Amino acid sequence: MSAPAVPTEQAQPASCTELFLTFTGLALQGFGGVLAVAQRVLVERKRWLTHEQFVEVLALAQVLPGPNVCNISLMVGDRYFGLRGAFAALAGMMAVPLALVLAATALYQHYAELPAVAGALRGMGAVAAGLIIGTALTLGRSIATSPLGRVAWLAAAAATFALIGLVRLPLVWVLPALGLVACTWAWHRVGARL
Amino acid sequence: MTALSPVQWWDLLAHFLMLSLLAVGGAVTVVPDMHRYLVGQTGLLNDAQFNAAIAIAQASPGPNVLFVAVMGWQAAGWLGALATLLGIMLPSATLALAASRWGQARAEWRAMRAFRAGMAPVTIGLLAATGWILVGDAPSWRLALLTAASALLVWRTRLHLLWLIAAGAVLGTTGLV
Repeated sequence: MSAPAVPTEQAQPASCTELFLTFTGLALQGFGGVLAVAQRVLVERKRWLTHEQFVEVLALAQVLPGPNVCNISLMVGDRYFGLRGAFAALAGMMAVPLALVLAATALYQHYAELPAVAGALRGMGAVAAGLIIGTALTLGRSIATSPLGRVAWLAAAAATFALIGLVRLPLVWVLPALGLVACTWAWHRVGARL
Repeated sequence: MTALSPVQWWDLLAHFLMLSLLAVGGAVTVVPDMHRYLVGQTGLLNDAQFNAAIAIAQASPGPNVLFVAVMGWQAAGWLGALATLLGIMLPSATLALAASRWGQARAEWRAMRAFRAGMAPVTIGLLAATGWILVGDAPSWRLALLTAASALLVWRTRLHLLWLIAAGAVLGTTGLV
């Protein structure tokens, strides 16, 4: 399982400037959440990460406190240029959107009541939810290479979806509990393959 | 906007530093406590300002955590935005970097491979649940259809995501959804 860190078809950022600009670009496309865009840009367009690596980084970002996409930008930047890269990527993610959101706050006071504005926000919100679900389906292809086996993989994903999405249990309980079960099963499986 | 005393500044920063380490799943998960602190305990914001901050950040491009900066800005101007954003980011960012480096250095350990393999389906299930929750409790069938169509297009095509967002805005503005 010791896949090379950087397979031949994979690219990497040339500089901190490229990191900053790439993360600025993807942040600015992220209405209602950046994760879907991050997957598209980092995996499919830039090829800095494979699907599997993206899921790995996302997994760590989700179990740690802090905004997932900010954690992802820090980790990806750090991989290539250390602390400087981490700051460049995070700054790219935050700086321009911060200016925009504060400008939007000033505008919002004036236009929030317009039905067209409310309607646009409603439509964009529905699409944003679809983008997240579609991204989950896209990343689901990692089932094919998982050492867990298809049945266990599907059971873990379905249980997480049901407990968080349907039953609405708190994340702080579900994540450690299901994570522990899934990782114990994975421990058993990766050991069996040695 | 209120003029804060040094003690209040420190209290604001310290509170967000503390929330940062509790925000597993993103800053949204500690919104209830932010409300308790900013609206209830300190009175720095009123309810309308608090809700507007979240709505604005969701409609703007970029990470949703920026709603924290909007709250700081509404409460105490630029320095307020700096205090809340720095507070919510600094501890979690430090932890993320440390954990990422620790894990990378031990990538071949059996425990790390088990973690990566075991957390992948949980991560993806959580992502799907996040989208599901964003749909809301009782969307109109048109909104639900728009969500389903977006999910399908993201999954099956390489259509640029901005087209989808723009389509949602147009459909919403014209009152079709």
